[in-house]
Amino acid sequence: MISIINYGLGNLNSIRNIIKKIGGESKIIDDVKDLKDAKKLILPGIGAFDHGMQFLNERGWINDLNEAVLVKKIPVLGICLGMQLMCKGSEEGVLPGLGWFDADVKRFRLAPDSSFKIPHMGWNAVNIKKPNPLIEDKGEEQRFYFVHSYHAVCNNPADELLSAVHGYEFTAAISHENIYATQFHPEKSHRFGMDLLKHFIAI
Amino acid sequence: MLKHRVIPCLLLRNGGLVKTLKFADAKYVGDPINAIRIFNDKEVDELMVLDITASKEKKEPNYALIEQFASECFMPLSYGGGIKNMEQAQRLFNSGIEKICLQTSVLDDLSLVKNLSDKWGSSSILVSIDVKKNWLGHPKLYSSATGKILDKKWIDFMLDAVKAGAGEIVLNAVDKDGTMKGMDTELIKEAAKILSVPLVAVGGAGSLADIKAAVDAGANAVSAGAFFVFQGPHRAVLITYPKYNELVQLLS
Repeated sequence: MISIINYGLGNLNSIRNIIKKIGGESKIIDDVKDLKDAKKLILPGIGAFDHGMQFLNERGWINDLNEAVLVKKIPVLGICLGMQLMCKGSEEGVLPGLGWFDADVKRFRLAPDSSFKIPHMGWNAVNIKKPNPLIEDKGEEQRFYFVHSYHAVCNNPADELLSAVHGYEFTAAISHENIYATQFHPEKSHRFGMDLLKHFIAI
Repeated sequence: MLKHRVIPCLLLRNGGLVKTLKFADAKYVGDPINAIRIFNDKEVDELMVLDITASKEKKEPNYALIEQFASECFMPLSYGGGIKNMEQAQRLFNSGIEKICLQTSVLDDLSLVKNLSDKWGSSSILVSIDVKKNWLGHPKLYSSATGKILDKKWIDFMLDAVKAGAGEIVLNAVDKDGTMKGMDTELIKEAAKILSVPLVAVGGAGSLADIKAAVDAGANAVSAGAFFVFQGPHRAVLITYPKYNELVQLLS
């Protein structure tokens, strides 16, 4: 059973739909009390960084999330803004992040005359940066759906899980111990996303 | 490398799927859920669903139907039609839509674009711009809900929409709609050279070569309706979508 944290901004139904499709079980949790029994978490999210942190602060999620993830070490997957919130902070906002990853979130820096657009929106192939339980090298291109203007920069290169290229190579997924996070949307990435989520369920 | 997206655009009228010709003569194409299932199996890059009567008839989006669509889509889904306020947008996002597409309610006042993008991020907010040629052949901003050409310049409206927070512009050449005779590459070029956000070009695609021409003109994504739902000179209904490798070869 995967508990999906509802903080008002994520597209939660998409995640529930795909988990159901691949034979998994999930529930949406609205209350921090529901964290106590959670075995596995997804932190989704779209929208602005400060909106996300403000919500987690105001609803009192942060201490219990830290307990579940850093002390009990239950597996957690952050998606898109969820990933960014797990970093130390973001150029998009002023509030500190959860700080689970030693990483900062920065805006895409492209030359003014660059033909690359921001947001980075669409399908992009990923490169696997280290062996990991979420995604394996199948010898074919694996592509995922991205929508974002900011990306994580890992201070510890060993945390980098996947990269992609948009103007330059950037971090597309991070992992550290029990914490996993993708900048792209596996729930909107056809069979590639289904495989990744199957692997997360199997962890 | 980011791929150029190729996006089937499905038009809804009273819960059924239709396809128009130059924004008129809507022809019934079939059951939308069935079509969406087929597009999902074909691993399309993205889907766009536009309710073409919601704004015209001042109706609410059909939330139940949209929720059903979203549950069948394992790729991004955008919806447009009849969205006038934040509450409607919230309901649509909750039902599983990734992006919402605005036009009628923001032609005079872009504050909804700003409010929505402040809350959900600009990449979730599309503004759709319909451009129709006037009797002199000049491209003009067009209101699909009223069927009127507007005074405002389409380029100014486009730039204002981006300034207000639109994360993507859907540019539709009304005179090309449903013709399958090629896209308005001049219009696409004009928009692409000044846009900082992705451009989705719509209207007139009838072949892979047309899609390539639009991408070469600067479109980041190409959307099409008739090309993906009609087959042959008699416009028989058949849902198709190119193979992934075909698109990669074509557009890289």
